[in-house]
Amino acid sequence: MGIFAKIKAGLKKTKDVIAFKLNKLFTGGVLDDEFYEELEYALLSSDVGAVATERLLDELKAAVDKKLLRDRSQVKDELKEIMREILDENEMPSYEYPLILMVSGVNGVGKTTALGKLAKKFKSEGKSVMLVAADTFRAAAADQLEIWAKRADVRIVRQAEGADPGSVVYDALQSAKSHNTDVILIDTAGRLQNKKNLMEELKKITRIVNREMPDAAYYNYIVLDATTGQNAVSQVEAFNEAVDIDGIILTKLDGTAKGGVVFAIEGELSVPIVYIGVGEGIDDLQDFDSVQFIDAIFD
Amino acid sequence: MALFSGLSERLNHIFSKMRNRGKLTELEIKQAMREIRIALLEADVNFKVVKDFIASVSEKAVGEDILNSLTPGQQVIKIVNDELIALMGSSNSKLAVASKPPTVIMMCGLQGAGKTTFCGKLAQFLTKQGKKPMLVGCDIYRPAAINQLKVVGRSVNTPVFEKGTQNPVRTAKEAIAEASYKGYDTVILDTAGRLHIDEALMTELKDIKSEVSPAEILLVVDSMTGQDAVTVASSFNEQLDITGVVLTKLDGDTRGGAALSIRAVTGKPIKFCGTGEKTGDIEPFYPDRMASRILGMGDVLTLIEKAQEAVTEEQAKAMEKKIRENTFTLDDFLQQTENLKKMGNISDILAMVPGAANLKISEKDLDEKRMEHFKAIIRSMTMKERENPDIIKASRKKRIADGSGTSIQEVNQLLKQFEQSKTLMKNMKGKKRFPF
Repeated sequence: MGIFAKIKAGLKKTKDVIAFKLNKLFTGGVLDDEFYEELEYALLSSDVGAVATERLLDELKAAVDKKLLRDRSQVKDELKEIMREILDENEMPSYEYPLILMVSGVNGVGKTTALGKLAKKFKSEGKSVMLVAADTFRAAAADQLEIWAKRADVRIVRQAEGADPGSVVYDALQSAKSHNTDVILIDTAGRLQNKKNLMEELKKITRIVNREMPDAAYYNYIVLDATTGQNAVSQVEAFNEAVDIDGIILTKLDGTAKGGVVFAIEGELSVPIVYIGVGEGIDDLQDFDSVQFIDAIFD
Repeated sequence: MALFSGLSERLNHIFSKMRNRGKLTELEIKQAMREIRIALLEADVNFKVVKDFIASVSEKAVGEDILNSLTPGQQVIKIVNDELIALMGSSNSKLAVASKPPTVIMMCGLQGAGKTTFCGKLAQFLTKQGKKPMLVGCDIYRPAAINQLKVVGRSVNTPVFEKGTQNPVRTAKEAIAEASYKGYDTVILDTAGRLHIDEALMTELKDIKSEVSPAEILLVVDSMTGQDAVTVASSFNEQLDITGVVLTKLDGDTRGGAALSIRAVTGKPIKFCGTGEKTGDIEPFYPDRMASRILGMGDVLTLIEKAQEAVTEEQAKAMEKKIRENTFTLDDFLQQTENLKKMGNISDILAMVPGAANLKISEKDLDEKRMEHFKAIIRSMTMKERENPDIIKASRKKRIADGSGTSIQEVNQLLKQFEQSKTLMKNMKGKKRFPF
């Protein structure tokens, strides 16, 4: 099943709980205040946020005026195009190896799960993969990652609970160098973005990576829970300030939340969305595709 | 952004040209409500809840008297704030107790909401109240979930009952038999995170419910949740008839509008808040604090209360005079530091100040140990030096550092920080009073 189908399948289960279906709005009729109001509510209900919604609607109205559009059915593609432009500004990275990926984010967004899925993905592309359990804080986090390591059949480097995450990463990189590992995936502890000292810890890990493997391709991804509202903007800002975020992994899109907050994020910062999580299975991580993502919001 | 920015400032701006006394007019309310609507939406209150809320508040506000002490803007905020508090209900976090022990508390929610962590906190909370709780691992799906619960259980000295990946309905039933036998009076069931639309897993919860009849079914919700909070909460509530809600991760900087949405659609009380990663970080829910948080005005009320407790009125007046006349000395700085300490942990206090999150204050600045050093340094100064720090040059610095057992760098840091405080106060002089 492709993501589109997957997301759609997730959403189908909830047809009646979703109050607004954008598609319905575009079946015809005049472009009156009522139309724009309904459109506004539909965008708001997808977590696009008040400010970004206003911006989208302003752009749409400008385009409508310019192109002299009269009917609701003509506006749909126009809006989709506006939304796509916002998301497509940033390109997906093309990886070189050895590759180091670090995932970070607030608590409970699905970092460990996303990393387990990434391990499987790289492994099935024929790469040698190592998982690094640098979440030494949450109870049994390393155990959880170890189970994913087994599922994906890759190596894991871990230390005792409470160990210094920096030292776990250091050990892992030494081992990766001697084994010529292609892909090193670093799991970090969940941290709320306003905890300054915990954000420092991420900087330290980054320093260690840059020092020990300066020639490796190094990407920092933030994991966002699609259920999150406008706080996701503050999350990306804070993590980006600490460690220069290279991309977003948007998880839990198999629920009823649509992750519209990315429009608020992309309005402020330019960080590409790289992957989306659409389920708990090991294959439920997909490359981000803006067209399908926006279609899912409209459906 | 300035210290007290956000909603109240924007409203003050709108109302700055209107200086009328008397009653609120429809136009005034309409203008204010536009701002309040955005504030609520940006706080992630569900858009339908916002719509209803604005409509009912506007209706109430028309023709209301503007109190003498307030501007029209402040009056509107006061009405909105009061309504929010009323809507979010009481701060009653009492848990039901079963007539025949053990009392069963079932936790449920989406993945990553913080159920397992909260189970540990609740166990410790109940132990402190003289209860004897037992934790039960019913999450057989997430890798290592039961291990996590075991570690959590160990840290709060509470036994964990688990049967590996056995059917959770059966595990729950056996756990209760075990608890009765061993004399545990409360059983906390940690269930797997699940989507509210996952029929199979929702059925599992219903089965557990009918098998063990919990006295409490608590829905755990991440306070950062967006518009979907309504769908999730009403769906769990419809299927399980939950008894209350737990809001987690409130130590973050989220405005937490989900609290209002959930309360509005389920009518169920919010019983607890999770406010940190330590097992003691569990608090009852305070609707008044939540209201000002959602409005983006920080915890001004609590802050004012705390300040009143710590500083006598004369002290405050004397301090105000010094600030006004710019005769603030290191002695006063010392006294202020002490007052601040009386109010509690400094980072906690700062967290209550609206807009403080935007100030560049590092953990280092708030280090209590550092404050102690500063006190020692000031006490090693002569009266003359405290009155006029400008005279402190190299040799005096060395003497002070030696006398206080610190270093010259630390003396320099203190002097710098003192200068910064003075500048900050100068800037604050312009503002006549708290906007709220």
